[in-house]
Amino acid sequence: MKKLFSLLLALMLASSMLGALAEAPVEIYFLNFKPEIATVYEEIAKAYEAATGVKVNVMTAASGTYEQTLRSEIAKADAPTIFQINGPVGLTSWKDYCLDLSGTAFYEMLSDKSLAVKDGDKVCGIPYVVEGYGIIYNNAIMNKYFASANKATAFQSMDEVNNFAALKAVVEDMTALKDELGIQGVFASTSMAAGEQWRWQTHLLNLPLFYEFADMGGDTVLSGLAAQEIGFTYGENYKNIFDLYTNNSVTAKGLLSNKTVNDSMAEFALGQCAMVQNGNWGASQILGVAGNTVANEDIKFMPIYTGVEGEETQGLCIGTENYLCINSQVSPEKQQASIDFLVWLYSSEEGKAYVKNDLMFLAPFNTFEDDEKPEDPLSKEVLRWMEKEGVNSVQWTFAAFPSEEFKNYVGDALLEYLQGSMDWEGVHQVVVDSWKSERAL
Amino acid sequence: MQKTLRKYFPLFVLPTLIAFAVVFLIPFLMGIYLSFTEFTTVTNSRWVGLQNYVTAFTTNREFLNALWFTVKFAAVSVVSINVIGFLMASLLTRGIRGTNVFRTVFFLPNLIGGIVLGWIWQMIFNGILYHYEMTLTYSPSFGFWGLVILMNWQMIGYMMIIYIAGIQAIPGELYDAADVDGAGPWQKLTRVTLPMVMPSITICTFLTLTNSFKLFDQNLALTAGAPSKKTAMLALDIYNTFYGRNGWEGVGQAKAVVFFLLVALLAFLQLRITRRREVDQ
Repeated sequence: MKKLFSLLLALMLASSMLGALAEAPVEIYFLNFKPEIATVYEEIAKAYEAATGVKVNVMTAASGTYEQTLRSEIAKADAPTIFQINGPVGLTSWKDYCLDLSGTAFYEMLSDKSLAVKDGDKVCGIPYVVEGYGIIYNNAIMNKYFASANKATAFQSMDEVNNFAALKAVVEDMTALKDELGIQGVFASTSMAAGEQWRWQTHLLNLPLFYEFADMGGDTVLSGLAAQEIGFTYGENYKNIFDLYTNNSVTAKGLLSNKTVNDSMAEFALGQCAMVQNGNWGASQILGVAGNTVANEDIKFMPIYTGVEGEETQGLCIGTENYLCINSQVSPEKQQASIDFLVWLYSSEEGKAYVKNDLMFLAPFNTFEDDEKPEDPLSKEVLRWMEKEGVNSVQWTFAAFPSEEFKNYVGDALLEYLQGSMDWEGVHQVVVDSWKSERAL
Repeated sequence: MQKTLRKYFPLFVLPTLIAFAVVFLIPFLMGIYLSFTEFTTVTNSRWVGLQNYVTAFTTNREFLNALWFTVKFAAVSVVSINVIGFLMASLLTRGIRGTNVFRTVFFLPNLIGGIVLGWIWQMIFNGILYHYEMTLTYSPSFGFWGLVILMNWQMIGYMMIIYIAGIQAIPGELYDAADVDGAGPWQKLTRVTLPMVMPSITICTFLTLTNSFKLFDQNLALTAGAPSKKTAMLALDIYNTFYGRNGWEGVGQAKAVVFFLLVALLAFLQLRITRRREVDQ
């Protein structure tokens, strides 16, 4: 009996080892950056397997941990075949792992070839989505305000609110009338929880630095990458809008360190506030909230005004920090399979339907016809602002920020500023100093 | 019997030895090697000598701040956990009704994982501070005392069990003899109980000291170092260095080696000191 048992065990061991030795079918491993659409990717993976028989494993890194996850995953034998970098800064650490994509079908599809990130002539990453952010507002609440008999401003519609002074006047008056408007605050919570500060230390910080680098002339990202030091000369403008956010918020300043982006988006979706700063990727977070009270046609974008001279012509912040790369260290079969998958996703009818309806991407590929652009309200708003006459989009200058740590230092300083343990001078100093020290590393 | 044992000894030890080598020895040696290199993935590294160690201490004060915070934390929590744990143990060895229930209840927190505990306590503290429109990140001292309370809550039960075992092992005659000699309660405590539970004290201080230094999950879940990394302990700082920055994996590794040496040295010293005071029964 014992012998039989051990024989069985040995057999089981042997067979499992044999199984491992047998040639594994080509599988694609996609390390996804965007947690908000993780479930959609899993559906796409299933559809692709059904259509072609090739298995796609999708793994999603938790918010703010992509670099960590990528680092530990890529060291494994079963490394990601498709991963993402965030632009020129990310490229420096991952270029050894980026396959040259020039000449591939996927690169050919890219409508504007200058959008790709390159290392010399080597095409390393291809953007798959163009995004825009600004202040999202609930037009129903705004109209209620404009129609109110008690309002103290003369504005009649959001079209007239085209600079910081106007925005501030409207917002502060709305705060005074918040009971009448049925809101708890004009702005959604300024999320300051760990890992949830990117809207402030990256996106909002983009504006003052965009203007600072624009003053130098030339491309702002390139000027930014070359800048060893910054003056944070538009710091007061940052303070303007940041104070406006937090003084007219749903949540008291001292409690903001508990708030996440999801909380803010939920507050907006539930109609507890009229405005929230975020990008078009947040559409699914508004539309998907149970008890969402905001109608599709009421979700609108406006630019983030900070009180810079001539900002009436400023548009949304448009750009991308999502570039797909193919791992150069996996087998050529896997590389080809990964490219085939991406081509399928962004050019086949079935794939494009997912991109348009579920991922809600504004994809920069020539395979998309005009009527195949996404239909969610925020993507449409981004397109509207991009096409608007006499309005200039703000570039995503934050691609030039020296490091993640720089952003974290700024985020920490902002939190201390909110909690009163640091004054604005201190924040200013942290921005300037940490830019310098992080760039020098 | 002895002969067969000796014959098959290597064979039986082998699985454990392999496991030990794979999950401990090899990573440990690799870690020491990697602390002298620059690397992104562990299989692809470049020798840089002592540069990482220099960077760890000189580029910014984060490592030193974390070290100081950890030392303060360890000092406070080692004392409080052991004193309270010992008090609990002496209370629960007096045959009070429901002793077993209490022992179980006090031990339970130790069974919950650190991340979960951190979250639970974060909610409790933030729930209280909510009334004052504050959160745990308001000041570093909130985070400090929060960690102390959390750590006490988790470790006291465990230490209590060890002390109970120690106290119960003391022969009753010693107390009888002390009574005959006219010793008061204080003298009985300092002259009989404490010397007799010295082995327990050794093990408890060892456990609390090393655990306080190695604390990570609770730190991450409770404050994650906020505000401005002022409540980041050594392990969290190492983690942040390793994962938070491109090209700093080697520096994180160097910090980890320093951290290992420090904890090993402290544990060794502590064992030497408390061992010396143990008495033979």
